[in-house]
Amino acid sequence: MATEKFINRHTISILVENEPGVLARVVGLFSGRGYNIESLTVAETSQENSLSRITVVTAGTPMIIEQIKAQLDRLVPVYKVSDLTIEGPHVERELALVKVVATGEKRVESLRIADIFRARAVDSTNESFVFEIVGATQKLDAFIELMKPIGLVDISRTGVVAIARGIIPLSEEM
Amino acid sequence: MSTEQITGAKIVLKSLNDQGVDVIFGYPGGAVLPLYDEIFSQNKVRHILVRQEAGAVHAAEGYARSTGKVGVVLVTSGPGATNAVTGLTDALMDSIPLVCLTGQVPTHLIGNDAFQECDTTGITRPCTKHNYLVKNVNDLAKTVHEAFHVARSGRPGPVVIDLPKDVMMARAEYLPPLRKEAFKYNPKRIPDADLANDAVKMIASAKRPIFYCGGGVINSGPGASRLLTQFIRLTGYPCTLTLMGLGAFPASDTQFLGMLGMHGTYEANLAMHECDVMIAIGARFDDRITGRLDSFSPNSRKIHIDIDPSSINKNVNVDVPVVGDVEETLKVMIDLWKREKCKSDQKSLKQWWKKIDVWRSQNCLKFEQGKDKIKPQYPIKLLRTITAGRELFITTEVGQHQMWAAQYLAFDKPNRWMTSGGLGTMGYGLPAAVGVQIAHPEALVVDISGEASFLMNMQELSTIGQYRLPIKILILNNFYMGMVRQWQELMHGGRYAESYMDSLPDFVKLAETFNMVGLRATKPTEIEKVLKEMIETEAPVICDIHVDPAENCFPMIPSGAAHNEMLLSPADQAVSNTSEEGMVLV
Repeated sequence: MATEKFINRHTISILVENEPGVLARVVGLFSGRGYNIESLTVAETSQENSLSRITVVTAGTPMIIEQIKAQLDRLVPVYKVSDLTIEGPHVERELALVKVVATGEKRVESLRIADIFRARAVDSTNESFVFEIVGATQKLDAFIELMKPIGLVDISRTGVVAIARGIIPLSEEM
Repeated sequence: MSTEQITGAKIVLKSLNDQGVDVIFGYPGGAVLPLYDEIFSQNKVRHILVRQEAGAVHAAEGYARSTGKVGVVLVTSGPGATNAVTGLTDALMDSIPLVCLTGQVPTHLIGNDAFQECDTTGITRPCTKHNYLVKNVNDLAKTVHEAFHVARSGRPGPVVIDLPKDVMMARAEYLPPLRKEAFKYNPKRIPDADLANDAVKMIASAKRPIFYCGGGVINSGPGASRLLTQFIRLTGYPCTLTLMGLGAFPASDTQFLGMLGMHGTYEANLAMHECDVMIAIGARFDDRITGRLDSFSPNSRKIHIDIDPSSINKNVNVDVPVVGDVEETLKVMIDLWKREKCKSDQKSLKQWWKKIDVWRSQNCLKFEQGKDKIKPQYPIKLLRTITAGRELFITTEVGQHQMWAAQYLAFDKPNRWMTSGGLGTMGYGLPAAVGVQIAHPEALVVDISGEASFLMNMQELSTIGQYRLPIKILILNNFYMGMVRQWQELMHGGRYAESYMDSLPDFVKLAETFNMVGLRATKPTEIEKVLKEMIETEAPVICDIHVDPAENCFPMIPSGAAHNEMLLSPADQAVSNTSEEGMVLV
């Protein structure tokens, strides 16, 4: 109810028919009903079955999270909604491209930090690097935090993609 | 199977035929001309020409609600589609099955800001259950069939199909409808046996039970109402209905407590407040029903039967959620009740009814019809008496008159009461009556109206004239937007900002210009004669009844208050203490 205060983060996987407007439908549901979107990724996953997979990270009270799932589930082009956060162990990954402008000792330091985080330099000039880093959201946050004093100028992040551990695919769950 | 190539427009008409459509409500325009050309050259589907697209959608709603079939609308692109938006939203909120065909500019012009172009699927996405833009004529038949399936399956709702003009003129093979099972969208209808069992046990264990039922029962079909009535009589429990549910259980039954909610009866609301087991069926715990949420029925265990999982635990947490179609679920539950030889706890039930009878004896709907001014409740009550035994369909507009109609017109059957519940659309009733009368040409159809709501869609008088529909429009004329005035009186210190209507038309003369019969009553003594004349006149009638402008609609739960904090009469207004939280609510 309204007094419920526990707000939790949930990662939700949504399998949808890859048709025009399906993303607008999902996003419109979140904005129209005042739900949170912390991150959102979407791409086609099966051309032959015309399927796309949307991963959305949202936050809310347990009642709101239940509503979000029920509301998503009743959209006509939605085949499957899975709350990875409560439905068992899963893997989450995010990719970021991070542009750092630095010279001298700072430039070297950026490479050292990148090494610790297993980030790769994918572009370089005499004064800059673009690092590619993959990992959980918190790892990316930590890396970005460390790059700030060194000369971080630009970030592009994919948002979270996630998948359940084990042998069962999303389309066959439950 | 033939592989004949026919035009998109022909495919649409053929699909409508195969879907059993006999009437569509619409308004032509440039983008839908190929379809109108097709309509012109056939006789299976009847087209009803409205005077504005909003009227077409409400008429289709009236048709759908009074027949249980899918209502069909046809409008042009751009303004045709945008005018339909209010009706679509209305149908979405009240779960009314509609298919709305909208014209669109040809595909190569989409996105070019062409004449009468708008992003119809974008605009209607949040106000439809689903929508389609058909860009390829080969997808057309399949899409139309799927649209009908989506509109009527699960929780019903409006579906828009946007049809670019070039697709209407292109050719393809026609595909007949698929079997229901072939669609991917097939919401669950049969309830989980365990949950149904839990529900039946909880119902049998109740000491102070109440059935709280809504429009979902009516949407499930007449069979659901029959089973509901059977089950309620089997248990001997009291029943209250929402505004949308009126008619799902016979109002003449002694187990009926009347409507609940903001303007519900004293006994219904107090029974909700004090019950120990609440059986919610096809109702969605909306804010007009619950009042203040944190003191809503504080001591009850709750069972919620609904076809839409997103309705469950949305506003109120329930103990036994049963997802399923009402008719299917009641079948299972009645079966269980009989098989397990369940019995109501007669001793507790007797005490419970005793308590309810005390509340009933308050007689919360009483009013005094004096000698001077006509009390608005009086003509409504009288209408029920003088039409007893006749097949009566009622539509309403939105406001005080709507609530009085809900309170005083006792409905014994479903699909007889068409009112805009969720969206509260003024101007709904007149076009809705058009749809009802088209579906039931012989029946008595009355639009109970206020003068302000009536003016919102009165262009449809012309439609009534064209099709010689013998609709009776009963205007309870109080010269105010009555409900707005009531709230201003109760909550805004009697400052009646913009709620008075100056320069109203002479409704009798207005009737005459549309070849209707105009009647008027200004004194209580005239009412009975005028009402009788109204229902006995074969032509359409506008009946202008001048009622007491100061009358307020009671009982009333002020916004932000709980079920046990009702105002019963003007005498209670002085102690009305609407909280600050309540003031921000609508």
